[in-house]
Amino acid sequence: MSVDLESHPRLAPGCRMNEKTQQPRTLLMPERALRLNGPSLEIVERCDGKHTVQQIITELQQLYSKAEPAKVEQDILGYLALLQKERALDFEA
Amino acid sequence: MTSAIANPLALIAELTHRCPLHCVYCSNPLELAQRSTELSTEDWSRVFNEAAALGVLQADFTGGEPLTRPDILDLIRSARAADLYVNLITSGLPLAESRLEALVQAGLDHFQLSFQGAREETANEISGTKAHAQKLRVLEWLKRHRVAVTLNFVIHRRNIAQLPEMLSLAESSSASRVEFANVQYYGWAFANRDSLLPTREQLTQSIDFLKKAQERLAGKIKVEYVVPDYYAKYPKPCMGGWARKLMLIAPNGDALPCHAARVIPGLSFENVKNRGLREIWEVSEAFQKFRGEAWMQEPCKTCDRRALDYGGCRCQAFLLAADATATDPVCSLAPQRPKVDAILATLNETNSVGAGLAPRSAEPLTKPDWLYRPNPS
Repeated sequence: MSVDLESHPRLAPGCRMNEKTQQPRTLLMPERALRLNGPSLEIVERCDGKHTVQQIITELQQLYSKAEPAKVEQDILGYLALLQKERALDFEA
Repeated sequence: MTSAIANPLALIAELTHRCPLHCVYCSNPLELAQRSTELSTEDWSRVFNEAAALGVLQADFTGGEPLTRPDILDLIRSARAADLYVNLITSGLPLAESRLEALVQAGLDHFQLSFQGAREETANEISGTKAHAQKLRVLEWLKRHRVAVTLNFVIHRRNIAQLPEMLSLAESSSASRVEFANVQYYGWAFANRDSLLPTREQLTQSIDFLKKAQERLAGKIKVEYVVPDYYAKYPKPCMGGWARKLMLIAPNGDALPCHAARVIPGLSFENVKNRGLREIWEVSEAFQKFRGEAWMQEPCKTCDRRALDYGGCRCQAFLLAADATATDPVCSLAPQRPKVDAILATLNETNSVGAGLAPRSAEPLTKPDWLYRPNPS
């Protein structure tokens, strides 16, 4: 499995965030729930079918400008791969 | 100290025990709840709100067949309004495509469709009814609706040879998950155990097949499987530990720590009509009974694995060792393990010929004398 930088990740059917009023923010999916903190929340909120993987990386590199850009990219790709393995994402062209 | 008790994560809502199927391994108790005792729409709505307040994230709508509830759309809406994730565990009947669309619009998150086999004749034999063709129709409809889909196959000796066909069925569907769960032996399955337990040879071949399927389908379909614990070295952490993660509400409102808890003598259950969910979870006798480690005997009491498997299953300990506080007899360290070994020895001697994944003879000469689960009045 590898993540295409030009694809548009979107939460798969049956995968969604809990309500904004609920804390902690959580990604709900079949038989699983994933607590989201700072960076993971920023990533999942951008998996809307509109951002490309590359755009998510660029935006987070700006958001976390103190971090090493290559490390940010690596972490995002790793997290997207994990969500893909959980079948929480569809990657649209 | 009630504050030290972690909150449940999932609420198993047994909406009814009525069901068009009569599966020989049904997880419902032998004594089924009557329709007249079922909780009302309003009762369930209150339960969902109390569950969410207690920290529950997911509601599993099951039964019986949850679709036999005429108020199923209202129940989905009220669980969603409480901000719960809604799973529907269903046989796929009674259902029309317009009804499926209404379920999704009401907020259903996850549709779990149960199959009794990959072939119609096996499925009909196991379910005691003709439901397989309808399930295939539902599978086609699901492709047109935005909802997570899991196919649930319950595996046993009579259908384990069909795993490749079952996997093909999942691959031709819109499912993102497929579960191959071997029957666990409680209730109706315990009564039919000698006809359901697979042989060791079948089990070994099936695990090999499913591991390869998991690798091949990674990122496409999540393949999950559960082995029959009679063959395991250590017990399963049943329900994630007694009263640690899950709470089951029976059709009449009784709150149970697991599906089978009624078999344990002397255990009494609070009802959601009389008590709040938080009180039931934190202090009721049934939930406190086997929470933590104080109830454990040796070898569990001092075992390094006690925080991993919590001593296994209390109901199985009672069913096999006649003592609900004993180490789960499927554990290789349990004093009662020889009982399980004897069951397996008899089974593997009598069924060893032609019983593999690709059996030499396609069908046994005689069909088992099944005890079918009836419908409650």
